[in-house]
Amino acid sequence: MPKKKIARKSTAIDMTAMCDVSFLLLTFFMLATKFKPPDLVEVVTPASISDTKVAETNIITISIDKDGRVFFDMDGIPTKLKLIDEIDTNMKLGLTKEEKDNFALSAGVGVPFNQLKSYLNLRPNDQKSFKSPGIPVDTTLTESNQLFKWVAYARIVNPQARLSVKGDGGVKYPVVRAVFATLANKKIQGHKFYAVTTLKANPNQPEEKE
Amino acid sequence: MAQMDTASSGDKKGGKKGKKLSTRVDLTPMVDLAFLLITFFMLTTTMNKPQAMQINMPVERNPDDPPPPEVPAAKVLTLILGSNNVIWYYEGLQSPEIKNTDYKSIRSIILDKKKKVEAAILPTDKIKSVVIIIKPTNDSNYNNLIDILDEMAIDEIGTYTVVPVTPQEMALVDQFKNAGGAPPAAN
Repeated sequence: MPKKKIARKSTAIDMTAMCDVSFLLLTFFMLATKFKPPDLVEVVTPASISDTKVAETNIITISIDKDGRVFFDMDGIPTKLKLIDEIDTNMKLGLTKEEKDNFALSAGVGVPFNQLKSYLNLRPNDQKSFKSPGIPVDTTLTESNQLFKWVAYARIVNPQARLSVKGDGGVKYPVVRAVFATLANKKIQGHKFYAVTTLKANPNQPEEKE
Repeated sequence: MAQMDTASSGDKKGGKKGKKLSTRVDLTPMVDLAFLLITFFMLTTTMNKPQAMQINMPVERNPDDPPPPEVPAAKVLTLILGSNNVIWYYEGLQSPEIKNTDYKSIRSIILDKKKKVEAAILPTDKIKSVVIIIKPTNDSNYNNLIDILDEMAIDEIGTYTVVPVTPQEMALVDQFKNAGGAPPAAN
């Protein structure tokens, strides 16, 4: 008799508890996730054994794509608004309020100052398809080195900002040298900076790597 | 899912009665979806961790700064980062003898030199370790530079510097290449 009862039992499991747990986890991960802002350009960084993490706030990011184009970005919408105000006043670009907002919401720029106004006038989708020529950079401190201006003004609006360079592995050395030399300049005091890399195993202590 | 199908196919429309229907909902698809989303969010959170290596460039020198200590030639190893992932290297400050290698074999060369220099250190020496001079040419790329800086970290080289390559060295490398010494493009 008891055998018959067992045979009748359904194989269906109550999924409610599982569902509860999974949605709890889902909620947690959704709230905990901070989406990476879309990159302005695709950059494949070199690998190094360094596992230092890049700070997420107070950071100036200089990206160099594989064609050697230089892009500038900074974190924080209020900071970026202040920065573009500063740039606008000093370079006399005559940007409108919308163009400044556009800059604050963007993922960075890679155009010379004389094209900045027309670039910021584009809608976000058009900006994506726009082929940025990159910010002019060289080893001098003259008007031709516009990256120097960007970093110098960024340092004024946020003196705590750290510098990070996110370069593509295939960039030729002259561009890298120009960017590094610009940062190492006395007026910027950026001789200590991060070079964004992907992690690779350290051959000296393989057991410590997970 | 399976048991839903059998339940509905067992008694087709004809024999089905409203009161017999259970109020229980099959949660399987919902759980499926939830786990799919969890997986997605988990992966996006953990993968978004950029690493970085700290780079310290030398500060510009003031004219009234004391001059840096002289480096004895015996402690110097110069690495010239050439095109196609080739490294040209020589020991000492000036040397007509220049050899080439790649990024895999450079470690043993650096470690050999380090060992040799450290064995010959006198207590009176100001510079107590090997000094590596890195000279990236215009044909090298950012990968090469980061690789070699990383190599300094792996080999625990404390004193190294990155300086531009001189025309004499470029001429030396070219001369060597023309003499048939250029290796096939290494990776």
